[in-house]
Amino acid sequence: MAPQKPGMKQQKLISSLLVNGTLILICLIWIVPTLGMFVTSFRNSQDIFTSGWWTVFPHKAFSKVGEIKIDPGVDVNGPVTIEGVTHTFEEWREGVKLPDGRQLTWFGNKRSLLVIVEAEKWMWFNTDLTLENYKNVLQGQEFRFKDAQGQEIVRMGNDLGGAFLNSVAVAVPATIIPILIACFAAYGFAWMNFPGRKLLFTIVVALLVVPLQIALVPILQDYTKLGLNGTFLAIWLAHTGFGLPLAIYLLFTYISELPRDILEAAFIDGASHFTIFTNLILPLSIPALASFAIFQFLWVWNDYLVALVFLGDQNRVITSALAAIVGEKGQDWHLLTSGAFISMLLPLAVFFALQRYFVRGLMAGSVKG
Amino acid sequence: MQKTVTPKVPGGVVGWLTTTLGRILVSLIVPFITFIVLWQGFLFLRDSQAPRIVIVLVAILWGVGGVALLYGVSNWFVERLPDVWTQRFMPFVFVGPGVAILAWFLAIPALRTLWLSFLGPTGEGFVGIENYIFAFTDRIMLESFRNNLLWMIFGTFFCVGLGLVIAVLADRSRFESVYKAIIFMPMAISFVGAGVIWKFIYTYKGEGSGIQEIGLLNAIVSAFGGQTQPWLQQPPWNNLLLIVIMVWLQTGFALVVISSAIKGISSEVLEAARVDGANEFQVFFRIIIPSIQGTLLTVTTTIVIFSLKLFDIVRVMTGGNNGTNVIANEFYMQRFTYGNAGRASAIAIVLLVAVIPVMFYNLRQFQERKAF
Repeated sequence: MAPQKPGMKQQKLISSLLVNGTLILICLIWIVPTLGMFVTSFRNSQDIFTSGWWTVFPHKAFSKVGEIKIDPGVDVNGPVTIEGVTHTFEEWREGVKLPDGRQLTWFGNKRSLLVIVEAEKWMWFNTDLTLENYKNVLQGQEFRFKDAQGQEIVRMGNDLGGAFLNSVAVAVPATIIPILIACFAAYGFAWMNFPGRKLLFTIVVALLVVPLQIALVPILQDYTKLGLNGTFLAIWLAHTGFGLPLAIYLLFTYISELPRDILEAAFIDGASHFTIFTNLILPLSIPALASFAIFQFLWVWNDYLVALVFLGDQNRVITSALAAIVGEKGQDWHLLTSGAFISMLLPLAVFFALQRYFVRGLMAGSVKG
Repeated sequence: MQKTVTPKVPGGVVGWLTTTLGRILVSLIVPFITFIVLWQGFLFLRDSQAPRIVIVLVAILWGVGGVALLYGVSNWFVERLPDVWTQRFMPFVFVGPGVAILAWFLAIPALRTLWLSFLGPTGEGFVGIENYIFAFTDRIMLESFRNNLLWMIFGTFFCVGLGLVIAVLADRSRFESVYKAIIFMPMAISFVGAGVIWKFIYTYKGEGSGIQEIGLLNAIVSAFGGQTQPWLQQPPWNNLLLIVIMVWLQTGFALVVISSAIKGISSEVLEAARVDGANEFQVFFRIIIPSIQGTLLTVTTTIVIFSLKLFDIVRVMTGGNNGTNVIANEFYMQRFTYGNAGRASAIAIVLLVAVIPVMFYNLRQFQERKAF
């Protein structure tokens, strides 16, 4: 082996530091927004308005250390001297920094004759955190909290707990039903012969990128006629319809590449298509099914438009409930943040637990619009 | 796997089951009972006042079980037919439901929307191309087109660009999977949730003494001595600030797809180039980029289409006010706020026409693979 140049090792170290440094910086930028929301969701309603969420971390800030009473004999209309410094009342009111770093601020009007002394001190972690926001936003009953001015406000709870359950009731079947239907269809396209097979599959591929907006107006008409609006069935069917092209396409590519011999052997044994499908194809396709399942689950859980159109206020799902808090009570940050975090719990858990499958589904799904 | 087919039960329990008449009766009764069961489930779900959790469990069971049951029963039914007919109908048991739903929810609606787009607000009265004239001349629509163009250009550029840069950098780090997971994480967050997160960054409290900014962006600006701003109310820059949210959400997607393409480049080629004295920039532009061209194109089209259909971010953050409207939001407003189905349909058709090139591209790719 040739001896390494002396500068080589150092150069490698520098480039590694540079690469990792850049990446860490980018990752920090990526995390900060979510972190801010997460921290805020635990702060009480008043604090959220009076200071930024970052103040819960150790930082330097001015805090009151004492008061100075002004001698009533002093003429407050002229310049006033406090602690050896002379300023007018207006300047004192704005706050004056002393050479030793303390800050003096006149409290209230001229007659108060009171000056607040503040000094910059290190504040350690602010542990004044609460679970109250979560409790309030989850339930559907009235509750009270204080706003920025300390006034008490009564609000109806947003029943996010109920919305969470509704989301489960929407997302689980809306994930499994299209998979089941697509799996049958993919098997049919891959291993059965029937007239129009090629044309039908070409249409499936063409439908991959069709924007779902195209369907909303007519489907809503159908649902109104059928009395389906606001029911779970309506939204399952809609999500099934919009997810099917991708599902069929994905599963077709997977199932059509399964080894031919296994299936032929089963046919010779006299197995019917249905038996082959349930006993052979379904178990063999589990990786592909899982990939699509995660993809579809996250999509349905996070969907807002379809739920907004077909469910409305009946059986409200979590995204709609959250959007409603944004709209109606745009200033209730403590409810917004805790609500947003609740809505993310399940998808984040699914995502981190099954990331590998999700990535695979995503790669295959990148043909979709 | 070796399990052979269970022999068909000849219905030997009761003799008459084997007679033709019995068979026909059973064949009719089974689908009928299935239908009744499913219908009762539907009624229960629609009208029941049971506790939420019970309804949820019944819903899941009914929905998933119902679909499985339908397949089981229709297969059972078709197998009972004479052999020739079984052969002929079986493919449609498998493919039929999927095709039917696609037809109902995507294929036919495209035609119906096209028809509606020539009708008046309530779907009555032929108005010709009036709705399209609106779609291409209205001030708000023109603004939406401009904004969608901004989303498509800047959103796509930054998503793909950042994804590419991070993929290349991460490829050279030992902690690659950690970095990728962090950048990728927002993909699991809903747009509504992301909207809440970013409202916190952009919020503005106003002027006055003693006011402490609680929005991160304003806090940073004022820490550097700048003037705090109501960021989301100032066109046209607010569009770019909204685009940042999309970049935050979608870069992970670009990153993951590009990263796996980079992994596919043979390390010998890269090694050879470096031995020949190519520097890292030359390796990047002359080898990496050309090798992953196809992937870059796919990612780009996906994100372009995505930004064309973008709705939730704008809906939640600004509602389309202050010059931030986009086509999909205007579609929603026309249909559900102003109740004008004709105009909404015309807008949807415009969206559809915009993705047709991609549709043909997909079809060509598919034909080339000769999967059939």
